[in-house]
Amino acid sequence: MSKKFLPLVLGAAMGVAATSASAATLDDVKAKGFVQCGVSQGLPGFSNPDSQGNWTGLDVDVCRAMAAAIFDDVNAVKFTPLSAKERFTALQSGEIDVLSRNTTWTMTRDTSLGLNFAGVNYYDGQGFMVRKDLGVTSALELSGASVCTNTGTTTELNVADYFRANNMPYEIVAFEKADEVVAAYDAGRCDVYTTDASGLYAQRLKLTNPGDHMVLPEIISKEPLGPVVRQGDDQWFNLVKWTLNAMINAEELGVTSANVDDMKGSDNPSVKRLLGTEGAYGENIGLTNDWAARIIKHVGNYGESFDANVGPDTPLGIARGVNALWSKGGVLYAPPVR
Amino acid sequence: MSDTADAPPRASLLNDPKVRGLFYQVLLVAFLVAGGWFIVSNTAANLERQNISSGFDFLKNTAGFGISQTPIEYSETSSYGRAIVIGFLNTLLVAVFGIFFATIIGFVVGISRLSTNWVISKLAYWYVEIVRNVPLLLQILFWYLLLIESTPSPRKSVELGAGAVLNNRGFFLPKPIWGDVAVYSLAALIIGIIATFVIRSWARKRQELTGQQFPVGLTALGAIIGFPLLVFLITGLPVQFEYPVLKGFNYVGGQRLIPEFLALLFALSIYTAAFIAEIVRAGIQAVSHGQTEAAHALGLRNSPTLRLVVIPQAMRVMIPPMTSQYLNLTKNSSLAVAIAFPDLVANGQIVMNQSGRAIEIVGIWMVVYLSLSLGTSAFMNWYNKRMALVER
Amino acid sequence: MANAEMFHVRTEEAPLLPAPVSTTGAIGWMRQNLFSSIGNTILTVIGIFIAYSMIMPIIQFAFIDAVWTGEDRTACLAAEPGEKVGACWAYVGAYMKQFIYGRYPYEELYRVNIVYGLFALLLIPLAMPSVPAKGLNAFLFLVMFPIAAYYLLTGLEFGSFVVFPIVETAVWGGLLVTLVIAVTGIVASLPLGVALALGRRSQMPIIKLVSIIFIEFWRGVPLITVLFMASVMLPLFLPEGVNFDKLLRVLIGVTLFSAAYMAEVVRGGLQAIPKGQYEGAMALGLRFWPMMYLIILPQALKLVIPGIVNTFIGLFKDTTLVLIVGMFDLLGQIKSSFSDSTWATPSQGPTGYLFAGVVFFLFCFGMSRYSIFMEKKLHTGHKR
Repeated sequence: MSKKFLPLVLGAAMGVAATSASAATLDDVKAKGFVQCGVSQGLPGFSNPDSQGNWTGLDVDVCRAMAAAIFDDVNAVKFTPLSAKERFTALQSGEIDVLSRNTTWTMTRDTSLGLNFAGVNYYDGQGFMVRKDLGVTSALELSGASVCTNTGTTTELNVADYFRANNMPYEIVAFEKADEVVAAYDAGRCDVYTTDASGLYAQRLKLTNPGDHMVLPEIISKEPLGPVVRQGDDQWFNLVKWTLNAMINAEELGVTSANVDDMKGSDNPSVKRLLGTEGAYGENIGLTNDWAARIIKHVGNYGESFDANVGPDTPLGIARGVNALWSKGGVLYAPPVR
Repeated sequence: MSDTADAPPRASLLNDPKVRGLFYQVLLVAFLVAGGWFIVSNTAANLERQNISSGFDFLKNTAGFGISQTPIEYSETSSYGRAIVIGFLNTLLVAVFGIFFATIIGFVVGISRLSTNWVISKLAYWYVEIVRNVPLLLQILFWYLLLIESTPSPRKSVELGAGAVLNNRGFFLPKPIWGDVAVYSLAALIIGIIATFVIRSWARKRQELTGQQFPVGLTALGAIIGFPLLVFLITGLPVQFEYPVLKGFNYVGGQRLIPEFLALLFALSIYTAAFIAEIVRAGIQAVSHGQTEAAHALGLRNSPTLRLVVIPQAMRVMIPPMTSQYLNLTKNSSLAVAIAFPDLVANGQIVMNQSGRAIEIVGIWMVVYLSLSLGTSAFMNWYNKRMALVER
Repeated sequence: MANAEMFHVRTEEAPLLPAPVSTTGAIGWMRQNLFSSIGNTILTVIGIFIAYSMIMPIIQFAFIDAVWTGEDRTACLAAEPGEKVGACWAYVGAYMKQFIYGRYPYEELYRVNIVYGLFALLLIPLAMPSVPAKGLNAFLFLVMFPIAAYYLLTGLEFGSFVVFPIVETAVWGGLLVTLVIAVTGIVASLPLGVALALGRRSQMPIIKLVSIIFIEFWRGVPLITVLFMASVMLPLFLPEGVNFDKLLRVLIGVTLFSAAYMAEVVRGGLQAIPKGQYEGAMALGLRFWPMMYLIILPQALKLVIPGIVNTFIGLFKDTTLVLIVGMFDLLGQIKSSFSDSTWATPSQGPTGYLFAGVVFFLFCFGMSRYSIFMEKKLHTGHKR
């Protein structure tokens, strides 16, 4: 009897060896040698695998920056693709160390799910995409349209509110995965595709003829997207928060991956503090003092990451807009390193 | 086990099958109770820790999301409970139509497989083999993709005549709007059906007594179709049709069948039909050839032989597996979630995502499907017994 | 009067003429099977028409219009509007590795290949009735292979000494996951199914009742709700901090589900064993387990091999459902590749589905042929 049950028992051993949600995440991460990062199941520009299985994107860069800061190695990170529905459970249960998956920072999520948002790496808002040949120029002309969207997200509720508030009838077609929404919209099942505006630009690339589609000017919600950690581990929370802040500060101070080594000799005290040539800021978050220099050297500053993944020169072609630095008309404003 | 002290000596006690049986059963019960307690206490602790409330009161909360196919009235201000009920009705709808089409296709294919015509029987054979050996989910996804990609946009819709329209938003039919006096025709139909049953039992009795036959089929046709039609004509055709018209982005009005429904129905019917075809074939083959020969020897012609001798016997073999196929179809309709058809599982999943009540929703699913299954099994057992009595 | 020459007396047998052309050979066969009557002829024509109108578009799509080589989507896009582009096999080629192994690290792929090889090496002789040493073979396949496969696939590390680096199940995918779920599901559900089948036929009322409730419960609910339960609810059932791997959660759900079906298959086999076998065993003084182990189960399990294979086919097809709970089986991996914009073309979806369909068909059709073969073999063996 016991022989036949062996596969079962073995299987059980395989799983229980997994994770536990302990307090000192940084120690765990250092012990296992990599950061376990929850990402999307494929959103170009934010987190997307290529045919070789390499992940790239703005959200991926946050995780890589953390790996760089902790291990001085951008590849010391493993990615767990998660659906919208699974993402919080995966973080709560300790399956992942950080969730960097275009997740909207809302009060409910921040206060009642046992999670902390470590900042905002992209300011987004829900928008609409339509075919150009429909001749629609405003979302208010969408009365009677079929709308494709994702289930399990706030977009489904936002769009219902929007159409109801404007007294417009509509038909909702809600899919589980973003790919299914795109495929249905591309095939003509819907007139409108609605999700976060960044998502619209990203998903537009997957359409057969991206040029035939346009994003309408209306933005119907605020969607600040950012990395999320579990509550109750302030050290890890600080590490994620300051990884992001370091990237933004680096852009503000003009430190790039190309000039970071030269900048170490800079006289600017802000740069010195950031790059660890002055003070011991890295040690306060459990890292070495050159933590930010590592991030910038391997991943680049926020502007570089933005330009490489979603910026105007990428297929997505998203302008900086509201995501520009505060000094350049945007809302990106990182607290200083001091 | 305290009463062991009064029992006979130890050695025989250990070998007493009754005691051993009792021991094993007590062990099992203890194990189950312990396991159940483990699960319940953990769940309670987890729910409390994660601050998740439980109970079914959330079903009254406002849903806030839209649903694409609503057999009963629904809006975003309706409750979660109503959204789930709509899902259940959609499940029933697709199951009933699916069973209807699967049975027809299944019978045609099953009989085709027994055809002496080589082309027809090979065609039926490959239909069954290909459809049975490809996962249903893949078939649903494929047909859905094909349906929405090969149909035109609403502005270039295919007009099928008689007001029916096909485009990638679905299949639109004229919707009959019944007048008030149409009630009389409905009454006539019910009377016709009852009359048919009465006539049939009377005709049977008379045939058993006198041997005289009565044309029940023709009478039934007259009573069920002719009579209501006549009443319908007399009351002055109390029906109007609402035709679908292009308005803005989509067609409005008429009876609409959404593409998700069509794709799911098509895939389920095609898939289950392959299994039904095999059941039909096996059922017919199970009736020995001697039966047909004996019937012919008695002077029965082909059609009565099939109707009176072969089919009643084949049915007895076919009905139990057929029912389990019908149940499978109903359960398989839950794959609707992959193509956004708002069935019980899909709507439940949306509610689960919005309200976070995983346990309650999974519980509702299981209870609904279990009741459907057990209800059908109970009916089948009753039906089987009835059939067995006829067998003598 | 009569002239001898006017008579012809045949002194030797006339040569046998061949049957008329119209009843033999291709023509005769066609007359008999295709054109025996007017109705039949019409059926034949309709049949050929149906076959033609179904097969031609597939051939057109899969071969004639297909694109076989290319670097990215441009190869599979219509050069000018209106041009028909068929299957984009270049895309399947580019993704082939992912479809077979998922995102398993490339430098570790040899481990998966060893598992595939071992699997075939052990299964083929087990499946062939004429090959001896079934006992040893079954032991190797059912006991040693899972252990070996487990360590090969997940990894083996003793502290800092690394034999095989750990590979998490999150990166497994494609055919690998499909096979892991299907094979584990069937192997693990077999003992459970036997236990349940015995329980359902037991004399002990509670054991019987529990078995019936268990079996009817799992058979009454759709697999998709079971998978949801496994992926969403199972973590809630466990103490805080204990967390199962997602693949394992799915495996538990699939195993319990298929055990119920397996139990019914095995019960069918148990019922087919004549009562005399039980009585004979008992008369020999065998107790319950030795009787089952030595007399009843060997006969019953042999009888239900076709049923087990059919259950396996069902399970193999049902593994596709795991994509709904966010895992990447073969179909899930194919669907996920649709999100890669380098290959996004209108024919990408149909190509991917066609590929998946062919792979699943080959596996399932092969297994169902085997099941029929075994059924025939067993049938003759038990003819009385």
